[in-house]
Amino acid sequence: MEMPTPNAHVLMRKAQIVARLEEVLPRDAVISDERETQAYECDALTAYKCPPLCAVLPANTKEVAAVLKICHEMGVPVVPRGSGTSLAGGALPTADCVILGVAKMNDVIETNYDDRYIRVQTGRTNLSVTGAVETNGFFYAPDPSSQLACAIAGNIAMNSGGAHCLKYGVTTNNLMGVKMVLMDGTIVDIGGAHLDAGGLDILGVICGSEGQLGVVTEATLRILHKPEGARPVLMGYDSSEVAGQVVTDIIKAGILPVAIEFMDRPCIEATEKFAKAGYPMCEALLIVEVEGSNDEIDAQLKLIMEIAASHNPVELREAKDAEEAGRIWLGRKSAFGAMGQINDYMCLDGTIPVSALPLVLRRIGEMSKEFGLDVGNVFHAGDGNMHPLILFDANKPGDLELCEEFGAEILKLCVEVGGCLTGEHGVGIEKRDLMNVQYDPADLEAQMAIKDVFDPAWLLNAAKVFPLANSEARRAA
Amino acid sequence: MTPKTEEELAQMIKGANGPLRIQGGGTRPIGKCDGETLSTSAISGISLYEPGALTIVAGAGTPVAEVEAALAKDNQRLAFEPMDHRALLGTTGTPTMGGLAAANISGPRRISVGACRDFMLGVRFVDGSGNIVKNGGRVMKNVTGYDLVKLMTGAYGALGVLTEISLKVLPEVETTGSVLLHGLSDADAVAAMAAALGSPFEATGLAHFPKGPTGDPLTMIRVEGFEKSVNYRAEKLRDLLKKFGEATIETSDAARWQGVRDVAAFAGQDGDVWRLSVKPSDAAELVAKMDAKAVQYDWGGGLVWAMTDSGRDLRAAIGPFDGHATLIRGTADVPTFQPEAPALAAITNGIRAKFDPRGILNPGIMS
Repeated sequence: MEMPTPNAHVLMRKAQIVARLEEVLPRDAVISDERETQAYECDALTAYKCPPLCAVLPANTKEVAAVLKICHEMGVPVVPRGSGTSLAGGALPTADCVILGVAKMNDVIETNYDDRYIRVQTGRTNLSVTGAVETNGFFYAPDPSSQLACAIAGNIAMNSGGAHCLKYGVTTNNLMGVKMVLMDGTIVDIGGAHLDAGGLDILGVICGSEGQLGVVTEATLRILHKPEGARPVLMGYDSSEVAGQVVTDIIKAGILPVAIEFMDRPCIEATEKFAKAGYPMCEALLIVEVEGSNDEIDAQLKLIMEIAASHNPVELREAKDAEEAGRIWLGRKSAFGAMGQINDYMCLDGTIPVSALPLVLRRIGEMSKEFGLDVGNVFHAGDGNMHPLILFDANKPGDLELCEEFGAEILKLCVEVGGCLTGEHGVGIEKRDLMNVQYDPADLEAQMAIKDVFDPAWLLNAAKVFPLANSEARRAA
Repeated sequence: MTPKTEEELAQMIKGANGPLRIQGGGTRPIGKCDGETLSTSAISGISLYEPGALTIVAGAGTPVAEVEAALAKDNQRLAFEPMDHRALLGTTGTPTMGGLAAANISGPRRISVGACRDFMLGVRFVDGSGNIVKNGGRVMKNVTGYDLVKLMTGAYGALGVLTEISLKVLPEVETTGSVLLHGLSDADAVAAMAAALGSPFEATGLAHFPKGPTGDPLTMIRVEGFEKSVNYRAEKLRDLLKKFGEATIETSDAARWQGVRDVAAFAGQDGDVWRLSVKPSDAAELVAKMDAKAVQYDWGGGLVWAMTDSGRDLRAAIGPFDGHATLIRGTADVPTFQPEAPALAAITNGIRAKFDPRGILNPGIMS
């Protein structure tokens, strides 16, 4: 993975830059010792590491503005960082950058149940947003699987999704407003406790801009009342075609489950060894969850079970109580951990039209043989968001490169069948050089023109998202 | 000008030497706009509809009715319940999908399922320099690059002329029911709607008329779904809202909600029409400052429609608030769209200058 050559003029002035930052931040909020900056050398894409010039941990919007103003004046690149859980390298530093971490900013600013929103500082973790409102029966809907650790700042940067977005949408559908600091230190408020934009939907383009347009310090998030209850069913089939048909039939029947999860045989085998959830050994396993009162759940599950039964399942299991529901989810929730027990893995998140599922799974199986690397598939089947987990051995020379090559082929296939490179993880550095597969130069120009407006000098997280060749002239300017 | 293809449209924009007035079906003439009319009505047709994937793709000029009819055949719908502006604005013509997207048109169900922008999956458009650009796609989850789909939705053609849009659709529901409360003050009505929205019973429409059809206040709360579920939820809501009075439950309510959606009560009446997106709990207080001839609350109080005497500056009357006011119909000599704070306005102007450097696409709109 190529990264731009660090700016020697910036590296040379490290002492001056640190001194300026120390003027506007408390001493312990500026980390410049090389032994300590190492803590920020990577995010959850651990294959790539590079310690930053220094890291800063501001405590509020004013401090963020002061930091950015200095970096802007001195021409220093900045990489914003939430909790560092990006699987795409969104928070990977460059040697000449200041890491701006929002971890200290984790307060709840306001909770309003009448108008159903919460305003938080963006260093707050996803799960602790729900934690702040759940005693009143409310929750924050987007639920990425890293939700225990990931920060709202990162969720906004990557427009994170989760298992329940078929019904509740992703971050952008649950974000009402932000306070954001631009690279030159300007503080902008966008949106708020009301719905929709009064002019251009700037909030819509900020969400998912991977920390390239500004640093979001506060967010107004929609909160919802929890449903009365939720219950899953589990079904197993002999082929992914049939499982795909079941998904389609459920949706066509007018039922909108809150989640439809799919696992293939390699993944089932791995999780059974690891979690012993009692899953059937079959080609395709589906977990379908619905919400509502007990009677409503019964009625929906009855319909779903009828559809499921009409396709000759090898197993059909309905959760009768919370314990059984927990067992049904157990394997799915431990799938990543289970695959990790076998070997190192790379997790992709290309998205495809649901109708292309059988074709894509078959091709992935064939490619797995060609590349000689095992792959398991976990999948948000309701919305087409795949999660192929490619197994490789990080200690074996050449294996990572082979795995990346395999991954790239899978993502190209996703685009070919009408899908996209990434459904919820973001582009970062991981999929940066594949952007040309999905977009023409004019498409990328239009996106880069947005960055030109927010960050004309291209100092914010500039080596991400766009292929380096496409962004080179702008970064060099 | 009425191009038949995207390519033709791109050539026309490249060759344009003056302002263009971008039009879909011409049923929503909102905002000031001069120039030669450029209509997308001939770039029409559904190119893809996959009911099992809840996805539809159509040319910008495709009539909304054509899409809704295709969806109805498979028992699906545009869940954001787009408003039809014709009666309110006294226009004729055929609403198009491009117009819907360009103006981010939603209806009462927006409060529970999201706005038009939340259902937009992909766009193709031609920018002010004549470049053909695509963004997003046809899948439900897509974070590949910047989300220009949201930006183009509600941009009123000022950043580019939409040629194709792709949308998420949802299943049609088996039945609907409404819980009706009578005689509430505006403040109590908003509180009742907030209580319903703060419950697990998933209200999908919450409207209040200070003067309902009988002249007395009427508050309406809708639930949708399978029949048993609708009955159950309506009864639960009636119990929950007991302290606001005895509610009645109505099941044949489609006409009522169409009236809310299209603001039918203001159609054919003299006066300016304002649309305000507000923090719901501020709504009643703001309305009290308006001195309006008529008011309709939607979205649980988050959307206020106000009809005032012609020519008044409603924004000046109510002062600063959390939200925005748009002059949808009228003669007041004020900006149609809410003026933005300087830092935000600089971003808006910067983006417009990038996407339309010659300033020829609907130049006077959104100001």
